[in-house]
Amino acid sequence: MPLAQAQGLPPATTGDITPEPVREGIDLTINGERFRHTGDPLMPLLWYLRDVLRLTGTKVGGAHGEGGYDLVLVGGKAVSAIKRPMAELAGARVVTVEGLASADGSLHPLQQAFIDEDAIGCGYCTAGWLIAGIDLLTRKPKPSDDDIDKLPNRCRCGCQTRVRRAIKRAAGASA
Amino acid sequence: MSGVIGLSRRRFLQVLAGTAGALVVGIGESYADVPIPPAMLGDDFGELGPYVRIDRDGNVLIGARDPDTGTGTATALPRIIAEELDADWTRVSVIPLGLGVQARDGKPVWTYGHQRSGTGDSIPAAWADLRQAGALARWLITQAAARRLGVAADRLRCEAGVVITPDGRRFPYGSLVEAASKIDPPNAPLPLKAPQRYTLVGRPAGDVDARRIVTGQTRYAIDAHYADALVAVLTQCPWADGSLASIETAPALAIKGVVKVVPIRPEADVPPGQTAIAPAVAVLAENTWAALRGLAELKLEWKPAANSAAEDSGKIEAQAIALLDTDSAPTTRVRDDGDLAAAGRKAARRIEATYVQPWLAHATPEPMNCLVRLDKDQATLVVPTQAPQQAWAVVQRLTGLAPEKIAIEVPRVGGGYGRRLDHDYVAEAVMLAKAVDKPVRLMWTHEQGLAHDFYRSGTVHKIKAIVGRKRQIIAWDQRMASASALTGRGVAADRLWSSEVGANQLPAGLVANYRSDWYGLASAMPRGPFRGEPHVSNAFAVESFIDEIAHTLREDPLTTRLRLLGEARQIPLAGGGMLDIGRLLNVLKLVTDRIEWKNWLHNVNGMGLACWHIDGAYVAHAVEAAMHGDKLEIVRVACAVDVGRVINPLGLGGQVAGATLDALSNALNPAITFKDGQVQQQGFKDYPLASMAQLPNDVEVILAPNDRAPTGASFLAMPSAAPALANAVFRASAVRVRRLPLMKELLRLL
Repeated sequence: MPLAQAQGLPPATTGDITPEPVREGIDLTINGERFRHTGDPLMPLLWYLRDVLRLTGTKVGGAHGEGGYDLVLVGGKAVSAIKRPMAELAGARVVTVEGLASADGSLHPLQQAFIDEDAIGCGYCTAGWLIAGIDLLTRKPKPSDDDIDKLPNRCRCGCQTRVRRAIKRAAGASA
Repeated sequence: MSGVIGLSRRRFLQVLAGTAGALVVGIGESYADVPIPPAMLGDDFGELGPYVRIDRDGNVLIGARDPDTGTGTATALPRIIAEELDADWTRVSVIPLGLGVQARDGKPVWTYGHQRSGTGDSIPAAWADLRQAGALARWLITQAAARRLGVAADRLRCEAGVVITPDGRRFPYGSLVEAASKIDPPNAPLPLKAPQRYTLVGRPAGDVDARRIVTGQTRYAIDAHYADALVAVLTQCPWADGSLASIETAPALAIKGVVKVVPIRPEADVPPGQTAIAPAVAVLAENTWAALRGLAELKLEWKPAANSAAEDSGKIEAQAIALLDTDSAPTTRVRDDGDLAAAGRKAARRIEATYVQPWLAHATPEPMNCLVRLDKDQATLVVPTQAPQQAWAVVQRLTGLAPEKIAIEVPRVGGGYGRRLDHDYVAEAVMLAKAVDKPVRLMWTHEQGLAHDFYRSGTVHKIKAIVGRKRQIIAWDQRMASASALTGRGVAADRLWSSEVGANQLPAGLVANYRSDWYGLASAMPRGPFRGEPHVSNAFAVESFIDEIAHTLREDPLTTRLRLLGEARQIPLAGGGMLDIGRLLNVLKLVTDRIEWKNWLHNVNGMGLACWHIDGAYVAHAVEAAMHGDKLEIVRVACAVDVGRVINPLGLGGQVAGATLDALSNALNPAITFKDGQVQQQGFKDYPLASMAQLPNDVEVILAPNDRAPTGASFLAMPSAAPALANAVFRASAVRVRRLPLMKELLRLL
């Protein structure tokens, strides 16, 4: 008995299997993996990450990215994921907080510095600080206090002084 | 075998054998029928309320019962248990316990006892009962070792997860747990460790969730989802108690992915202690993007109620200032010591000032959200809450389910600050799940959180002091006006002051003739608990005013404070307890030594000082500030705290620095204003939290640990921060800021 019949499925009409047509979409790389977005091109990256991929490390911030909770790296630069529609991300290389550590689990120096300085309050804003901090350390491996002052992030638990120490510690570690 | 120790009339320590021979010890309400987190118990387990599980491989799992909103309890509470257990901390994992509830006669019984965050009582409550859980587990393991080895139990000692015999043989806990789980526990509470044997309590520990947080693995409630859940977003009536006048849903329903539009109407007769919801319209969709697009397409008209349409924060403030200038009777005379009129006859100087502070919003990082699944006879929720038991009450009222049929998971919470003691967002999510007969994940936007908060009321303080010929403050007459956070919450009219002003706050008890009057303001704007209140707003007025007295007397503000505090002694507090002046003097000394206060007059920068006490804990701040043109630089901040015994100095240091920065941030820039009944701040750009550049580069934290029972510390370092800054600004700029937000007023007066 043919397998399809055994499973109660209708028999194939002909012997040929017609492949599903290739779906058009927006191709991008997220944390080193390739994805194709086939939904609304205007969907912001934030909802693609959180709702579609269920990568929820990037947090929900203000409607215009206020707070810096939704920062991700696009081409190595910190950008607000709510302000970046998928249509603008064809070919982009996106890194989220989930992608900062190496595949073997070893942490980025700034992640380790956050642990070492206990630079965490409720932790909701931490991903944003890490992304903004790594963007800064990439541009300026030895950032000054004035450079750190310019970070866009906001924190109500008051972890700013510990974040400052963590960034300086990471800058020292990568020297 | 299982057993039980009576802890109190209705609460029991329990022990049961776990899967694979694990030992599980916890505190429960009774022997049986206690729901258990599966992660804690494995699969084929008896029933009890677990706090600690020790597996045969030596791994230890400890449940943290209080929600961690960034307050450090997920680390500190398990450390308290692990200390009495003599556990190896490197082998300890921590899981958040969800709500513990069971039913007795149809009424809820709280299985885990205390489950609340941000109200300053997590650590004291844990110190009172959780140590027994660790002590019992260690006792059972020691008994098991004694029986196996034929050695008296009192000759064995425990250290980092190992039982050690007198001749030095070492037996890991894991090798003993199976036998330990079969031993009957003793009938009385066990003796606890002597503090000099502590190896964890009093030593620093990083946040237990740190690695998961920095790798994005920690799931907050907003990250939870069911595959069949609809995403709900909503828009609220712009007036506090308006209503929907017209609605057109077709354009929203035309958006691909939008499933339903549901108006939410406020319920009549919400019981006291539960939060009334605002009128709103929700859009439910297959994903957040579709829901938000649908929301933008809704055509809604709202109309205000007569009550709220004229609300104006500027008018309320003007009325309050005028009210305090009259001699009309207060709503409540909170305290009246001595004889103010008689003191007036001995006056050498009279000093008077008025302080005005704005309405404030909670501005939580994680927006209000709630995931709910309603099955036929079971509700399952994931809720970012500070008070799971209160969230339960809301769900129970709306579903009518039996107490134990409501399961509430509380993952780490993205900030509370008092906002998550109200559960309007839980009520909304349950109503929506009922309306669509599907699981619902509700999410507010940050902008909605700002415009529809349970605000901290604006306040006006008018303080008059009389100084005698020997420079002593002989009379203090304080009037405060605010809209009570307790209005409409089932609190008697003569207790509405209690959320607004403290009967024991400084300088009560130190000034022979002391009066504190509270004037209640009417407002339709919703109010609620706010981190550190009523201490924060009162400390700003009181501690600024003491600095003004010092200036009037042309003396060092420290001298004025030391004269006011007097000798180290105990002063009885109204309602019980003692104010320990010696401990207050100690934190003042620590902080003034650190910042080299002796240079206060000659420092090119301005220096400011303030101190406070909350429920047996003591705090002082010293701030050094400089003006560069119209730019304020907070050069140095030092803060000393005495919280009794310190459980985790690293965590406490973070709480103290964090509360200091939060208080400075709240004082520097933000204010909620409303006009024609509508909040004018539309987003964080209108409600600016401090940037890195505005805050000090460091907060120098000084802990003053001692052997007294630990107190709460999550907001202890808030009250004295802003007045210390304002006092420093005065010395740096000669501008006395009597109105917040500080930057706006400073720039106006410069």
